[in-house]
Amino acid sequence: MDISFSPEEEAFRAEVQAFIAEAKTKLPKTDVGAPEAATRSKEDYLAWHKLLYEKGWVAPLWPKEYGGPGWSVTQRYIFGEETAKAETPVTLPFGLSMCGPVIFTFGNDEQKKKFLPRILSGEDWWCQGYSEPSSGSDLASLRTKAVREGDYYIVNGQKTWTTLAQYADWIFCLVRTNTDVKQQEGISFLLIDMKSPGITVKPIIVLDGAHEVNEVFFDNVKVPVANRVGEENKGWTYAKFLLVHERSGIARVAGSKRAVERLKEIARAELDDGKPLIETDSFAHKVAELEIELSALEYTELRTLAAESKGQMAGPESSILKIRGTEIQQRITELTEEAVGYYALPNDRRKGSNEYPVGPDYAVGAAGRYFNMRKASIYGGSNEIQRNIIAKAVLGL
Amino acid sequence: MDFSFTEEQTLLRNSVEKYLAANYKYEDWRKFTRSEAGRDPKHWSQFAELGLLAAPLPEAHGGLGGDAVSSMIIMQEFGRALVVEPYVPTVVIGGGLIAYGGSDAQKEEWLAKIAGGETIMAFAFAEPQGRYNLADLTTTAKKQGSVFVLSGHKAVVIAAPWADQLIVTARTSGGRRDEKGVSVFLVDKKSKGVSCRDFPTMDGTQASEITFENVEVPSDRLIGELDNGLPLVERVVDEAIAATCAEATGAMKVLVDATVEYSKQRKQFGVPIGKFQALQHHMVDMFVNSEQATSITLMVTLKLGESEVARKMAASAAKVQIGNSGRFVGQGAIQIHGGMGMTDELNVGHYFKRLTMIDTLYGSIDHHLKRYAALDADKAA
Repeated sequence: MDISFSPEEEAFRAEVQAFIAEAKTKLPKTDVGAPEAATRSKEDYLAWHKLLYEKGWVAPLWPKEYGGPGWSVTQRYIFGEETAKAETPVTLPFGLSMCGPVIFTFGNDEQKKKFLPRILSGEDWWCQGYSEPSSGSDLASLRTKAVREGDYYIVNGQKTWTTLAQYADWIFCLVRTNTDVKQQEGISFLLIDMKSPGITVKPIIVLDGAHEVNEVFFDNVKVPVANRVGEENKGWTYAKFLLVHERSGIARVAGSKRAVERLKEIARAELDDGKPLIETDSFAHKVAELEIELSALEYTELRTLAAESKGQMAGPESSILKIRGTEIQQRITELTEEAVGYYALPNDRRKGSNEYPVGPDYAVGAAGRYFNMRKASIYGGSNEIQRNIIAKAVLGL
Repeated sequence: MDFSFTEEQTLLRNSVEKYLAANYKYEDWRKFTRSEAGRDPKHWSQFAELGLLAAPLPEAHGGLGGDAVSSMIIMQEFGRALVVEPYVPTVVIGGGLIAYGGSDAQKEEWLAKIAGGETIMAFAFAEPQGRYNLADLTTTAKKQGSVFVLSGHKAVVIAAPWADQLIVTARTSGGRRDEKGVSVFLVDKKSKGVSCRDFPTMDGTQASEITFENVEVPSDRLIGELDNGLPLVERVVDEAIAATCAEATGAMKVLVDATVEYSKQRKQFGVPIGKFQALQHHMVDMFVNSEQATSITLMVTLKLGESEVARKMAASAAKVQIGNSGRFVGQGAIQIHGGMGMTDELNVGHYFKRLTMIDTLYGSIDHHLKRYAALDADKAA
């Protein structure tokens, strides 16, 4: 039983740290107190993506033959940890972690040749066409239809909660190609050009005023059959495969650790009855509880990591990581909002980022992030669904 | 033991409910809170017409002689409709300070104005370094002849952009956090030396960051006793807490009802999601929380007239309960509404944001747990 990393792994960690330090000198300045991925501009995302691409590190999950760096599970973990600690921007998961792996696993050679290099380079920005107004948790009930007409599918329907579709060049969609069979057996996986005639993107503004998600409407959109990945009506299999891949990093331990450090900095600066908030028992204990829960989560993740590196596939245990990871993320934003007192109230976002904040810098966006983070227990398979998965697949209930 | 409302009180609730249902629908709220002014001034006039602004004020000065129960009823309905108009700062705090501690001349001048909707007051008490301690003040007022010279910085003054008068707590003697040496002034916002930086708040109202630079305040605008303003301030803040708790219970009721209704309509996996036991239990817990909040609001409202210790403990108890219940109900409503709950378009998120801001107002859960425990310990000693 050994919880330390090997010398080679530590050397790799140093290499990652050096890369990050240099990359930061080349990155555009980001907003004060806005580490949330979705508040970054398209340019910010792509700047970081390009630096990683030049280094050969943009696709940690991909096999070497398709352009991945050939990292072990542990190296991927170290890379994730160091970038989160350094609060670098993140790469978008939709092309690199979701659609890309589906293409190189189930796609044909033409699709691999056409799409994979452009995902790697960042030339194509991808979004995920899964959820629909009537199909959230019950994704298999989706209704967007694709009817075959010669060499094309004609697609009609609507996707929703489509993250950053406003920037997207391509969308990968689950569509219904057979209505006469069991729901899961009539779904196909289509790659659709966002510039296709008939596609409309409508913003959905969320609680804190951010434009992160959208509705995407399909009105008789012609999609070449060549853009279907794998077999017709086998799309649900590919979708499930993708969900397994989506799970890496789901616990966000390193990011949460950094967020707790930021919370403590704030609690040192804030005064309560003349002394720092962090020195009041009630607040100090709440922070301690949070850190302790985070430690438990970290070691849970290390257990799954160790198992994975021995070749055991990640299974329903990742639901534990999702539940606890998101609950902790939410708790951090909640405590941070509490820490800043009255300066949680100003709606600084509406004023634009070139005006100085009403209160201290660290209070900017604290309430907004608390509100925004309520989505974490809802997206990626709600925490209720995750509990159902554990109940069924782990506890056998 | 009788918790029923009188006929008068029922009529009061009905009149508020009726007005808001017709004029303050959610779509209306969205429109005017996003306008430049952030509100529609006609509502304040209408509130005056309906006697709402006069309700808890003494009859001798144009009030209706009601009590804290009137404020509770009004604020519950206001909470249901997300009303942004500053009833609490103007009527409860401004009206309360003057009615309990004002000179005869001040009562003459101001109470009728408040009842008639002719003035809007904002309460400038919090400071950047003070957190929730009402006595932690760096704003000072120094007597110079017939005026006090006021200098300092007040944080996040709710409704100040709409106000013509500011109620300002300032230190007239003593050290920064001394309980003695606090005084209260009614300051004309247009006075020379008052600078306001207006901004929207996260829950759809407006506030200001205010600096006072050698503002000359006439001596007759000191409310209550010089250097001994803190007990008066604490009393009206406890009343403001009771009224704000009532507002929160109105918001919670809307969220519980909306969530239950949504769960009956929203179908996934072939059934309304309200059929799933996990969600049912969650909604039950939300309902129980909402009921506890309503009960404790009743308690604090009825105890406002008791001894100082009893009043303070009741106010802190209510604030803690409302903070916890509001958080639980708000978060649960978003969760059960799923993605829809995250949208700006649906009303649910706005009630959640309002409940979050209420939790901060007049002291967080931790602040009031501390005050309650300290008073409790004193009692036992």
